[in-house]
Amino acid sequence: MSEALVEAIGLVRHYKLPGKRLLRAVDGVDLTIGRGATLGLVGESGSGKSTLGRTLVGLQNPSAGEVRFEGETVAGASGAKLVRLRRQRQIVFQDPSGALNPRMTLGDTIVEHLRVQGFSRAKARERATEVLSLAGLAEAFSGRYPHEVSGGQRQRAVIARAISTDPAFIVADEPVSALDVSTRAQIMNLMRELRRRGGLTMLFISHDLSIVAHMCREVAVMYLGQVVERAPRDSLFRTPLHPYTAALLSAIPLPDPALERTRTRIVLKGETPDPSAVPSGCRFHTRCLRATELCAKVAPETRALLPGHTVACHHPLNV
Amino acid sequence: MSDSVVGALPIVAPPRRHATRLFFRHRLAALGLVVVVALILSAAFAPWLAPYNPDDIDIANRYAPPLSAGHLLGSDDLGRDVLTRLMYAGQISLSVGVAAMAVTVIVGFAIGAFAAYLGGWVDIALMRLTDTMLCFPSVFLLLFVAAFVTPSLASISLMIGLTCWMELARVIYGQIRVLKSADFVAAARMVGAPAWRIILRQILPNVMAPILVAATLNTANAILLESYISFLGYGIQPPQASWGNMLTNAQSDFLVDPWLAVMPGVAITLAVTSFNFIGDGLRDALDPKMRR
Amino acid sequence: MMSGSAGSARLLAVEDLTVAFGRARAVDRVSFTLDAGETLGLVGESGCGKTTTAMALMRLLQGATIGGHAWFEGSDLIAAGEERMREIRGATIGMIFQDPATALHPMIPVGDQVAETLRTHRGLGARQARARTIDLFREVGIAAPEERLGAYPHEMSGGMCQRVIIAMAIACSPRLLLADEPTTALDVTVQAQILELLRGIARDGAMSMILITHDLGVVAGVTDRVAVMYAGVIVETAPTDRLFADPKHPYTQGLLRSIPRLDSGWDEDMPTIAGAVHDAGALSGCRFAPRCPLAAEACREAPPLRPFGEDHEVACWRAS
Repeated sequence: MSEALVEAIGLVRHYKLPGKRLLRAVDGVDLTIGRGATLGLVGESGSGKSTLGRTLVGLQNPSAGEVRFEGETVAGASGAKLVRLRRQRQIVFQDPSGALNPRMTLGDTIVEHLRVQGFSRAKARERATEVLSLAGLAEAFSGRYPHEVSGGQRQRAVIARAISTDPAFIVADEPVSALDVSTRAQIMNLMRELRRRGGLTMLFISHDLSIVAHMCREVAVMYLGQVVERAPRDSLFRTPLHPYTAALLSAIPLPDPALERTRTRIVLKGETPDPSAVPSGCRFHTRCLRATELCAKVAPETRALLPGHTVACHHPLNV
Repeated sequence: MSDSVVGALPIVAPPRRHATRLFFRHRLAALGLVVVVALILSAAFAPWLAPYNPDDIDIANRYAPPLSAGHLLGSDDLGRDVLTRLMYAGQISLSVGVAAMAVTVIVGFAIGAFAAYLGGWVDIALMRLTDTMLCFPSVFLLLFVAAFVTPSLASISLMIGLTCWMELARVIYGQIRVLKSADFVAAARMVGAPAWRIILRQILPNVMAPILVAATLNTANAILLESYISFLGYGIQPPQASWGNMLTNAQSDFLVDPWLAVMPGVAITLAVTSFNFIGDGLRDALDPKMRR
Repeated sequence: MMSGSAGSARLLAVEDLTVAFGRARAVDRVSFTLDAGETLGLVGESGCGKTTTAMALMRLLQGATIGGHAWFEGSDLIAAGEERMREIRGATIGMIFQDPATALHPMIPVGDQVAETLRTHRGLGARQARARTIDLFREVGIAAPEERLGAYPHEMSGGMCQRVIIAMAIACSPRLLLADEPTTALDVTVQAQILELLRGIARDGAMSMILITHDLGVVAGVTDRVAVMYAGVIVETAPTDRLFADPKHPYTQGLLRSIPRLDSGWDEDMPTIAGAVHDAGALSGCRFAPRCPLAAEACREAPPLRPFGEDHEVACWRAS
C-alpha cells in the first residue's frame, strides 16, 4: 500500500445557521488517499462532498478534526511549509464561468495565480504559456477573456491554472458537470493525460457515477456528511454493499433501451433530508427500504466486509 | 448538482465597444458629455479664453446687463465681467467637485470593500458607521464641520468627500458580498493572496460599473454642495470666486440686477445636470441586463 | 411504455419549422411527427435549438421570426392567434420547464398556482379546484397533499417543486406534454423518481409527450422514438431501440460513443467528437461538417432528412 498523501481524520465542518441550528456539511469523515491514487467521491446534494474536497485542499478550515498532508498536520502551518502546502494542493472548480475572473484574460489569471505565490513576472508568464499549451490551448488564447471562449476552453484554462504550480494533489470538484456531453470526454481525457504525466494524486468529485467510473480506480460514496461506502471501482459496481450505493447505481439512466426497460430500479422513499436536520442513528434510515429499529437508533460503524471494501451499514447487501 | 456552500458567478462583461455605443445612444448623456467637456475646457483655458481678468474693476460699467457692450454676460456690482468670473469660478467649483468625488470614491470603495470582504466585526463596525453617517443630512453636517475648519480648496474638497461616501460604500458592499463567494476569489485566497491584493486585483475590475456611475453622480452632488456652503459663506471665500459665492452678493443685489443671480445658477445647473446625465448614460451602458 | 401503432392518430405534425433571431437561424426547417400516446425524445447539446423548438411551438418566444407549420388537432399552432394559443397552453398542451425553482411564482402558494390553471381553463369553482388540486398532488407523489397546498416554492425541495409543476401541467389532462429537461436540475435519485412518474403518467393518461433532454440515458428509458438535433437541425430520427442499436448519423454515433459507461476501463481514453459546438458557423452546407470524420465535398450542400430503412430518417450524404 502506497504511502498516504492526504488524510482526513475525524473531519468535521459545520456551519452555524440562524436560530441555533447547525448545518452539518461534513460530519465525521476519516479518509486516506494514497500517493498516486485517484479516488472518486460520489454523492448528491447535501452529501458534503464539495465541502470535504475544499477542506482537504485548504480552501476551508475544518470545524473539528485534522487534515494531514504528507503525514504532517496542515493546521497552523506557516512560512516555507505553508508556501509548499499551497503549491502542492490545487483545485479544479465546477463552473468554469465562476472559476475565472471575467475581467482578466486567461493568461493574466494564471500569471496572477503564480505571482501571488512568489513567481517573478517573467517566470510566471513563461509558465502560464506552458501550462495553457499543456491544457490544449494555443498561445492566442492567453489574451482572450473568459466570455470570448467556449465552456470547454474555459475549463481547460481552469485546469491549466491548477497544474501551474506542479502540484502533487488536485481536487477536481465536478469538473465536467457544467459542460456539454461531447466536451466532457475531451476534458476527461485531458485530465487523464495530465495525471499520467505529472503523477498526480486526485480526488475526483462528482454526482455522476458513470463519469467517476471512467476516471477512478477507487470510489467513495457520501451521504449527508459521511462516507457510507468505499471500494475499488469494480467491487463497488459489481457488489455494492450499502443500500444507498445500490440505489444510486440503479438510478443512473443507461444509454441502452433494452437494459432500461428490463432492469429493476430501486426507487428510494422521499428526498435527502436537510443537512441541518440530520436523522438519528443511521442517517439513511428515513429513505432506506431495509431500515429496521436498530437503524433509527444506532449509527453503524465502518467495517471492511470485502477486500479493500468498507461500508457503514447494519444490514449491508450482497453479503 | 453541487452541494458546495459557495455559488457560481455568471459571466457579466459587456464588451467595451458595445458599452460605448449604448452610452451614445442615450442622447442626454451624450449632450451632457459635450457640456461637461465645454465647461472643463473653458475653466482650464480661462487665462487664455477669458476677455478680462477676474479682478478687473470697472465701476463705471457696473451692473451691466447681459449682451451689453464688452460684457457678454453682464458685469457685477464692481464692474467685473461676469463671463470671466464664471470661467475662473468654474476652475474652483469643478476642481472641488472632482477632488471631492475622488475622496468619496476612495473612501466609499475602501469601506464597502473591506467590510464585505473581511466580514465579522469589521463588517459590523464599518456598516454601522455607514448607517450612522447616513442619518445626518449632508448639508448640515458640512456646515457643522465647516464652522470649525479654515476653508480652503483642499479642506472643502475633503469635507464634502467625507460626507458623501456612504451610498457608494453600500453599493460596493452589496456587490462584493456576492463576488466574494465566487470561485475565482476562492482560487486566489487558496494560494495565499492577501485581502488587499484580492480586493484590488480580482474584485475591483468587476465593480467598475457602479464606481464609474457613482463617480459622475457624486461629482454633480459635490458641485452642488460646494455651491451651498459657499453661498452661505462657509465655503470658498471671496475674492476667490466660485459659482456658489458669486450668488452670495447676487442675493442682496437682486432688485438691482437679477441677472447676477441667474448666471451662476445656470452654470451650476448646467454642470450638475450634465454630470447627472452622464451618470445615467453610464448606468445604462454598463448594465449587463440592458444589452439588447 | 406505449408505442405508436400503425393505425394511431397523428397528434402533431411539425413541418419545416424555422426560428430566426435576426439573421441567425436557431432552428432550421425542423420537421417531425408525433402520434397519439407516443413519447418522442428531442435530444441534443446546448445551443442545438431543442428548447427553442418547444418554445416556438408554444409561441412563447420574443423577438423571433417563426416560419413553417405545426399541425395540431386541425389547426396550425404557428399561425394561430394569441387568443387560441392561450386556450391551448395549459389545457390541451402542457409544458414543463427546466428549472423548477424559477418556473413557479415565488410569492403565491403552490396550491393556488395549480388551482388557478383549473379555474381558468376548466372553469372550476374554488372548492372544486382545491379538491382536484389535492388529487393531483397525490397523483404526482406529494405526501400529505392537503398540508402542502399553502407552501411556497422556496420552502420546498427541487424534486417537490418539479412535482408541483408536473401537477400543473397535467391538471387539465392535456393531449400533449412538452417536458424541457425536466430532471436536469435534480439529484439522480430524485430524477429516477420523476422519470418513473412521467412514464406512469404517459402510460395511464394515454398522453403524448415530447421529452427534451441532453441526456441519452434518460431518452433510452422513457421514449418510443428519438429525434437528434445539432445546431438547429434534426440530423436523425428513429425508434429508440433502433437509434441506440444502429445509429446512422456521424454525430449520433460520436455522441453515443462519448458517453461514459460503467463498464468501461477506468483509465481508458474516451472517444471524442473533435472541436466544439461553437464551430457550427457555416450557414450553408451540413452544419456538422466541420467536426465530422466523414466530411466530403458533397457536404457543402446541406443534406435533407431522408428515409433510411423503416421509420428511420437521417440527414447525411455519407450515412450507410
